[in-house]
Amino acid sequence: MSRLTDANVVIAKEIIARYPRAKSALIPLLHLSQEQNGYITREAMVQLGELVGVTSAEVYGTATFYEMFRFEPVGKYLINMCGTMSCALMGAGELMHHAEHKLGVKAGGTTDDGMFTLAHAECQAACTEAPTLQVNYRYRFRVTPADFDSLIDDLRAGKLADEIPQHGVLAKVRQRIPADKGVGAVAPEDVTEGPAWLDGKPAL
Amino acid sequence: MSSYPHAPGFVAGDRPKVVTSRFEYTDSFTIDRYLATDGYTAIRKALSKPAAEVHDEVKGATVLGRGGAGFPAGTKWGLTPQNVWPRYLVVNGDESEPGTYKDRLLMERDPHQLIEGCLIACYAAGLSQCFLYIRGEMALAQERVATALNEAYAAGYVGKNVLGSKFSVDIVLHWGAGAYVVGEETALIESLEGNRGMPRLKPPFFPAANGLYGQPTIVNNVETLANLPWLINNGVEAYTAIGTKTSPGTRMVAVSGHVKRPGVYEIINGITTFRDLLYGEEFCGGIRNGNSLKAFVPGGGSAPWFTPDQLDLPFEASQVGPAGSMLGSGAIMVMDETTDIPAAALTLTHFYAHESCGKCTPCREGGTWLERILTRVVNGTGTDADLQQLIEVGTSICPGDFPHASNEALGLAAVPFPYKMTTICFVGPSAYAPIHSALTLFRSEFEARVTKRITIPVTAVGVAQ
Amino acid sequence: MTTVDPTNTTHVDPNAVSLTINGKSVSARKGDLIIAAADKANEFIPRFCYHPRMAPAGMCRQCLVEVEGPRGPMMVVSCMTPVAEGQVVRTETEQVKKAQEGVLELLLANHPLDCPVCDKGGECPLQDQAFSHGPGESRYVEEKRHYEKPIAISDNVFLDRERCILCDRCTRFADEVAGDALISFTSRGNNTQVMTFPDEPFSSYFSGNTVQICPVGALTAKPYRFKARPWDLDQVESTCTTCSVGCRTVVQSSRDELVRYQGVDIDPVNWGWLCDKGRFNFEAINSEDRLSTPYLKDAHGNHVATTWSSALETAARMIRTSLATSPESVAIIGGARGTNEDAFAWAQLADAIGVDQRDAQLADGLPAEVFSLAQATIDEAMAAQTIILLAPDLKEELPVLHLRIRDVAQKRKAKVVEITSRPTGLTPSAWKSVMVEPGKAASTIRAGLDQSILKQIGSGTVSVVVGRMNLAESAESVVLALAEILHVAPQAKVLPVLRRGNVRGAITAGLTPQRGAADTAEILALAAAGKIDTLVLLGSDPLSDVPDADLARRGLAGARNIISIDTFMTPSTSQADVVLPAAAYGEKNGTTTNLEGRISNIAQKITPAGTARPDWMIAVELASALGKDLGLGSVEDVTAKLAKTVAQFAPAADTKALRHDGVVMNRLTPITLNRAEAPANDRNSYDYRIVSFRKLYDSGISTAKSPSLVTLAIGATVVVHPLDLDRIGVQAGAHVQVIGEKATVVLPVSTSEDVLRGTAWLPFNQPGNDAREMFDVNATVVDVRIEKLS
Ligand SMILES: Cc1cc2nc3c(=O)[nH]c(=O)nc-3n(C[C@H](O)[C@H](O)[C@H](O)COP(=O)(O)O)c2cc1C
Ligand code: SF4
Ligand code: FES
Repeated sequence: MSRLTDANVVIAKEIIARYPRAKSALIPLLHLSQEQNGYITREAMVQLGELVGVTSAEVYGTATFYEMFRFEPVGKYLINMCGTMSCALMGAGELMHHAEHKLGVKAGGTTDDGMFTLAHAECQAACTEAPTLQVNYRYRFRVTPADFDSLIDDLRAGKLADEIPQHGVLAKVRQRIPADKGVGAVAPEDVTEGPAWLDGKPAL
Repeated sequence: MSSYPHAPGFVAGDRPKVVTSRFEYTDSFTIDRYLATDGYTAIRKALSKPAAEVHDEVKGATVLGRGGAGFPAGTKWGLTPQNVWPRYLVVNGDESEPGTYKDRLLMERDPHQLIEGCLIACYAAGLSQCFLYIRGEMALAQERVATALNEAYAAGYVGKNVLGSKFSVDIVLHWGAGAYVVGEETALIESLEGNRGMPRLKPPFFPAANGLYGQPTIVNNVETLANLPWLINNGVEAYTAIGTKTSPGTRMVAVSGHVKRPGVYEIINGITTFRDLLYGEEFCGGIRNGNSLKAFVPGGGSAPWFTPDQLDLPFEASQVGPAGSMLGSGAIMVMDETTDIPAAALTLTHFYAHESCGKCTPCREGGTWLERILTRVVNGTGTDADLQQLIEVGTSICPGDFPHASNEALGLAAVPFPYKMTTICFVGPSAYAPIHSALTLFRSEFEARVTKRITIPVTAVGVAQ
Repeated sequence: MTTVDPTNTTHVDPNAVSLTINGKSVSARKGDLIIAAADKANEFIPRFCYHPRMAPAGMCRQCLVEVEGPRGPMMVVSCMTPVAEGQVVRTETEQVKKAQEGVLELLLANHPLDCPVCDKGGECPLQDQAFSHGPGESRYVEEKRHYEKPIAISDNVFLDRERCILCDRCTRFADEVAGDALISFTSRGNNTQVMTFPDEPFSSYFSGNTVQICPVGALTAKPYRFKARPWDLDQVESTCTTCSVGCRTVVQSSRDELVRYQGVDIDPVNWGWLCDKGRFNFEAINSEDRLSTPYLKDAHGNHVATTWSSALETAARMIRTSLATSPESVAIIGGARGTNEDAFAWAQLADAIGVDQRDAQLADGLPAEVFSLAQATIDEAMAAQTIILLAPDLKEELPVLHLRIRDVAQKRKAKVVEITSRPTGLTPSAWKSVMVEPGKAASTIRAGLDQSILKQIGSGTVSVVVGRMNLAESAESVVLALAEILHVAPQAKVLPVLRRGNVRGAITAGLTPQRGAADTAEILALAAAGKIDTLVLLGSDPLSDVPDADLARRGLAGARNIISIDTFMTPSTSQADVVLPAAAYGEKNGTTTNLEGRISNIAQKITPAGTARPDWMIAVELASALGKDLGLGSVEDVTAKLAKTVAQFAPAADTKALRHDGVVMNRLTPITLNRAEAPANDRNSYDYRIVSFRKLYDSGISTAKSPSLVTLAIGATVVVHPLDLDRIGVQAGAHVQVIGEKATVVLPVSTSEDVLRGTAWLPFNQPGNDAREMFDVNATVVDVRIEKLS
């Protein structure tokens, strides 16, 4: 099923309710959909458009702007090799060569067994730990070619299954706002007065 | 290979720790540790005073923005129009500037400190909802912040009537999906509205007046907000006692590249010099393998480069700007003598060309053009004319003199920051910045790359049938 | 409010701003953009993304100029920078030139050099500005971007992404103006492109506007592609008469054939926009099927071509013979499709021969008294704080008026309250939508609207847009509801939205029942009863347009003689004894009146088909055949006499004023509507109450004869609520029988959650089985049963 499951629709509605305007939930919902299917399907975009009240073309326009959304299936593990300055200075280029050799695919490709997609990536905010890579957005730091080999072997052997979920899963913990604790989102045009704690004084 | 500790780098001695004080604990991200180390005492303190007073403290302390522009937070809050409701806080946790690495640590290792910072800002500035925008690729940061928010809601620190007061605020965790430009505040707002993350023009879209959903919106960097709990707990005097008058407090800087001990350090603002940082034993401990320093990028990938001539400058915007660069996001990338300068510049130009949102013509077309020419040059298939063309294209993005550092050996005087630009945001100019620096400071390396081919005039000749 | 200092003799406008542009001092208004101020001062600043009717994007960066700032000259984009008092702007300094050249070079970097085969070549802003503001020569030697050459993004629009300069005009238009965000930028950076969602075409009624505003040849329209080169085009400014909004257009021809219409930007009406029907239906005028010669029906009932003199002679004889019996045995139906001059000449003829039974409406309009209520122009209606819609789906019937209302609603300048039996194109922008069962609008309002609505209405200015929202519901029912609205909003001004091109002009010029004579429905009933001897169809097709098909059929069958003046052989024309070919739009000069009463010129661009003549001329000639001299020798004579004779048309005497914005006709002294208890109109629970509405594309001639539009009509269907479908016991897509009192019609059925339970939607005049068979002009509402096919 490439539409959201019923359970995910419930989560989707919960997320939408947090925003003063439904369209704001679009990126989180695209993630939710990618988490479910590993990539973003056409049907999912149609459904998300319906959920937040925009056209499919708008969903598509937003989705294709962002690097993380994939519109075709990728390997079980997406390996993003950072190649920006700090990593490049510390040997990212050589590491990429090595990785291509090890996996037998060029950057951008997926191994025949569907296990790995190797990709160029831009700065991952771990520059002091160069060269770095991410497997399904989980970091590996100061990676040597030998480290890379053992990483691949471990992933193949299923040893890291606990730490690294399938492609699409980001945070394993979701924010949950308990109904009795949340303030609730209000459309901006429906807010006519300042917040209670200012006691009618202007802000600042 | 390791998957977790390392950064921050070694921080010896009793330097003040405003934002990294809990980093020494392995459980620094839990609410228990936070509560055991003064956690959520600042918001209590804040709630006991009128909002305006809290705002005055932030203003008084001159908490400089840590996202890049270095604008004081308290002053920025004060720019919002009074009596326009609702108004929002958007936390910029999109950290993607090449070399920059600090916000992720703050979110992963001390999420409650950030949450408390958000609460203080919302209370002080009358902000009724907060969106915490975390870069998409940071799965662990999202997990830690989500957990912390869930704990904080459960304990009554966030949500309806915080700690039984009249103060109510929702903090919504939002995450991006991979686009550097979304770190720019107006693009961040577009993205948060569910749109393509293309920057808006300022004016008219100054977020303080016309931001999220067209409402007054404060956008602050993660580190900026993480400063607030300490400030409220310890007071303005204690805060301004650190650093200098114009650059008080500390700031986190990430030093990467060819140093012995790359890492993220909390340094004293305004006083610490690049030399202290790169060579000081308590920080990076010098250049790797005893090599010599060739150049360094002082403030994130967008910043014009410095050479050893500038090592003695302190972390003080009013000195670094006239010297031809900027402090930006606190990211220093160090290149030693072995560095292939044109290739290094290409990694950055490629980055900015790839990250262009596509809105402004000069950035969209010019960035890619620069990248293509430079790629030719680096591959050894460029020509002399290509070097000139790089400058011509760069000038279409940034007309007039482009800033650069002084250089004694080359007899160059500094051209001060900033530059003029034909684009809305800095992505376009940033694609040119490394090229301009590299070409200005290391032109011979480019010339060596360029095969000096003689252009042979081609006459149109009929094809024999 | 501003207070004026009484001692100050010169009136100071607080919104006036003065600045200098290139040393010229320029006055502007607060909030104006520099680029707009420069335009007014004739200082051209090059631009691509800026469009005065859309929010500026500041995207192309072509319009950079220098503004004197505290720290020396600053470079700003003039399309997003507002003017300021004392501002010093320079658009031609070295720095600016360099920046503009740089941007242009970059824009051209990836632009293909296919100008010689591009529709836009010769009228292309990119081409022009490359000459005037470009660097002269490109130094770009890299491979250009490549995409599949033109892809069809809709039925009528092609997109060539290689030519696109990513100015965001089309995408902004689709989202911001049309509200059909079916195209979007996709991907990022250098890979950015305009695209639809895969397999979801840009099917917008307004798609043609994107072709017009595309500053390059990236978007082209099928009906015009490769038809002409700009330098072969001949053009004239005119007014569209496809519907009664009256959009200003430019009519373009090449070799005496219409090839393109373009919207003209005038403030009071269309702001440059056109709907696709109005834009592309010039194809119908070029159609081979046009009537090009008169016909007479022979003894076997066949139409035989004849000369004008014999046709006119025959027509005159018929009328003369009928008049000899009684003037009541002659009737004229139609006139709303022609010019004011056409209508007036016919009214003059009718006056001359004493025929009072004339009606420009086809029993699908409203009584002419709606024009006697306090009137609003479009602008006045839009300026109200509340706009009440008691109207058809304007997106379908009066598309550009829909855009105007959507604009104020989206910008939250007015609150839109609609009272409707079916969601409309404006429902998403409406503040409140009050759904009423057909026949219940008046009683619902009488019983009391929602407090918040009453408060809103009571608190300020109100305009009411009134028309026929349901063609299966009587006009009286609408008038009763209108009376109730005006009772709660006595200050309201009314904008009647009768749909046909010049219906207001025709009625005002005299084609409306005189002295209480029969209207169209009554004329047809009289004809059916054998009481009409000669029926003149003046560009009207009752068989297609009168909501009661049976009545129309009986009426036409009962009339002894039918004289039809038309451009095509319509179903009604084919029953006529005398057929006179009429000149069509673009083939004649004159004036037209839009729904708000604005009179503007329409212009001839091509020679009429065959021997076709304008209606007014036919009236004059017929009059002369009847021995009457109307004293009208030229169309200018007609306009002049109209302005002199009909007080409301007096402003039309200023013929120069008719040429651009037009003039608004004089108003009548307002009357008040009487309220009355509406009939209960209760519905049997087995019945479905019909909501019948027009779609933009239907079986009407201008769609049916335009190859690019004909396939866009949705076809006849019946739509019910999903739960009602269960009750009927069939699946969506099945055929059902719709059983009315007068007829049973078999139609495919589909569902929508938007249908009010117990009602059924039937689109009007669609290809397929005709629902009008079940309609009854004398009934307030039409109730039917819907059953499975047995
Ligand atoms: C291209 C670009 C990228 C940026 N990226 C970031 C970023 O990743 N994180 C950040 O905090 N600020 C970033 N900024 C700066 C923001 O626009 C904004 O100034 C900052 O978030 C304000 O917070 P502060 O005042 O607390 O520093 C970026 C600016 C530009 C022009
Ligand atoms: S297709 Fe035309 S209107 Fe649309 S973005 Fe491209 S150049 Fe602009
Ligand atoms: S016209 Fe001003 S940026 Fe395009």
